[in-house]
Amino acid sequence: MTLTHARRTAVRVSATPTAKRRRRRPGSRAAYAYVAPFFLIFAAFAVYPWLDTAWVSLHDTRLTTYNHSHWVGFANYRNLFGHKFFWNALKNTFTIGIISTVPQLLMALGIAHLLNTRMRGRTFFRVALLMPYATSLAAATVIFVELFGVDFGLINWVLHHVLHLGKIDWQGSKWPSQIAVSTIVTWRWTGYNALIYLAGMQAIDETLYEAAAIDGASRWRQFLHVTIPGLRPTILFTIVVSTIGASQLFGEPLLYDPLGQPSGGTSGYYQTLGVLMYQQGWTNDRLGLAAATAWTMFVIIVLAVALNTYLVRRRDRASR
Amino acid sequence: MTATLDRPQQESSRRRKRNSSPGKPFAAGPSTYIIASLITLVSVFPLYYTIVMASHTNSEMAAKVPPFLPNGSFFTNLKAALKLAPLNKGMFNSLIVSGTVTIGTVAFCTLGGFAFAKLRFRGSAFLLGFCVLTMMVPMQMGIIPLYMMMAKLGLANHLQAVVLPTLVTAFGVFFMRQYISSAVPDELIEAGFVDGASSFRVFFSIVLPAARPAMAVLGMLTFLTTWNDFFWPIIALSTQNPTVQVAFQSLATGYAPQQSIIMAGTLYGTLPVLIVFALLGRHIVGGIMQGAVKG
Repeated sequence: MTLTHARRTAVRVSATPTAKRRRRRPGSRAAYAYVAPFFLIFAAFAVYPWLDTAWVSLHDTRLTTYNHSHWVGFANYRNLFGHKFFWNALKNTFTIGIISTVPQLLMALGIAHLLNTRMRGRTFFRVALLMPYATSLAAATVIFVELFGVDFGLINWVLHHVLHLGKIDWQGSKWPSQIAVSTIVTWRWTGYNALIYLAGMQAIDETLYEAAAIDGASRWRQFLHVTIPGLRPTILFTIVVSTIGASQLFGEPLLYDPLGQPSGGTSGYYQTLGVLMYQQGWTNDRLGLAAATAWTMFVIIVLAVALNTYLVRRRDRASR
Repeated sequence: MTATLDRPQQESSRRRKRNSSPGKPFAAGPSTYIIASLITLVSVFPLYYTIVMASHTNSEMAAKVPPFLPNGSFFTNLKAALKLAPLNKGMFNSLIVSGTVTIGTVAFCTLGGFAFAKLRFRGSAFLLGFCVLTMMVPMQMGIIPLYMMMAKLGLANHLQAVVLPTLVTAFGVFFMRQYISSAVPDELIEAGFVDGASSFRVFFSIVLPAARPAMAVLGMLTFLTTWNDFFWPIIALSTQNPTVQVAFQSLATGYAPQQSIIMAGTLYGTLPVLIVFALLGRHIVGGIMQGAVKG
């Protein structure tokens, strides 16, 4: 302990900006040894499988005959794009993605703004906000399946007996089931994103708020004209992370199905691309087709991230 | 040690700064507390209601007005749940997997993060950029060859199949690199080299002590993520030798899916993590917020 403290003070004293270190340091060759364990494991269990997936996607491959698959060119991709299941899953991934991320990020922004004050019990509120994030997606989905139960679920009970509305079929109709799946995602991730925004807000220079307050700006105007511009990089970060998460959504729609089947409900209302890929590969034993789906998902993610980044950057430039 | 002792200090100095600065325009009013409490309620209510559902019989839950307070049937329900799904085995397996992965990730990512932060070597910018870009790759991308690889190695249905691919993460390397870059001044590293220390000695005596808070946070985040991981375990493992998440699936989708029994099993498998989280939560919160500013 004392050592660390001594070091910390030493750090502070010596942390004056000195001449840039250009000299070649010893240990630069050893650096390869330090990154080697990471890259060896990463290459073997991540990079190689990604590339091999591309290879598999050009073959007709079955689980039973993995070593005897034969070349089919782009037939799997043609097959995939010609199938209505793919377009259904693509649409579902998109709509569930919108329903689960847009309200989530807006609420997170509001919550962060609310908590960005001097208040008692800050730690308590922050930990409570993060409890859903600590709950596994499997547990959360199983819990929400019961809450959204059509006959005995708490949500329908409140709708029917407290608000005197009709019961909603959260399983068997399209939009309610998509909203239910999105609710699970929103519940688990809103607090996490709120904390990220809060961290970003606390890094904003406080004198900007002082200046705005002197100019007579209300708290709402301060939020619009100081907080939001200051948060741009953080907002972009959360949008990118949420887009990636939404594009590969899998566990929630799989477990939301009452039988645990990868069909997204009996009519495929909430079958996402991730679930479709699992169904093709592990239920239907069409690994080549599943691999084609996986690569298609990757391309979609890259496009979605690029589009989001472009839109945020353009707004950024426009507002300057 | 350093992690637990250092952080409150940093925290308190930050708090002092925040409170004393006249610039913070808004103190929390009563409405802030009311809204914050409502949000807290929404966050925690599903978990609370799980306790309610898990401690009643099914017919009690189907009453005209469902109960809102816990009751006494939890252990009866749990007994039935344990018969339906191997939850104990699942928790034990999850503990082994998460523990191993946490140790591996923290060790390898700290080493790699140090190299990227403080050593200059050919290709480092490219390798780091590659690392960051791979975070965009969906988990579905590698699943098929990975499964085949594990089958060939004879590891399918073994815990090693889950441990190996998650032993390092690109996020971990990037996280440690960001922390070490700012927490350890270059001058200190330089001084170590001038004194004739080897790079490993520099790592061990200078970087490691300074990086301990970040290692603790990365460890907690990794443990939580691995414990909660679902996609790869359900492919790599069978329901006979599951992690706890896989056991949840067979509990919820098995025959006779009785609400109270499913909830009792889910609560049993979730509660340990939630208790640990409630105890360590402030450090995890701090870690996520720190990572956000630097990342």
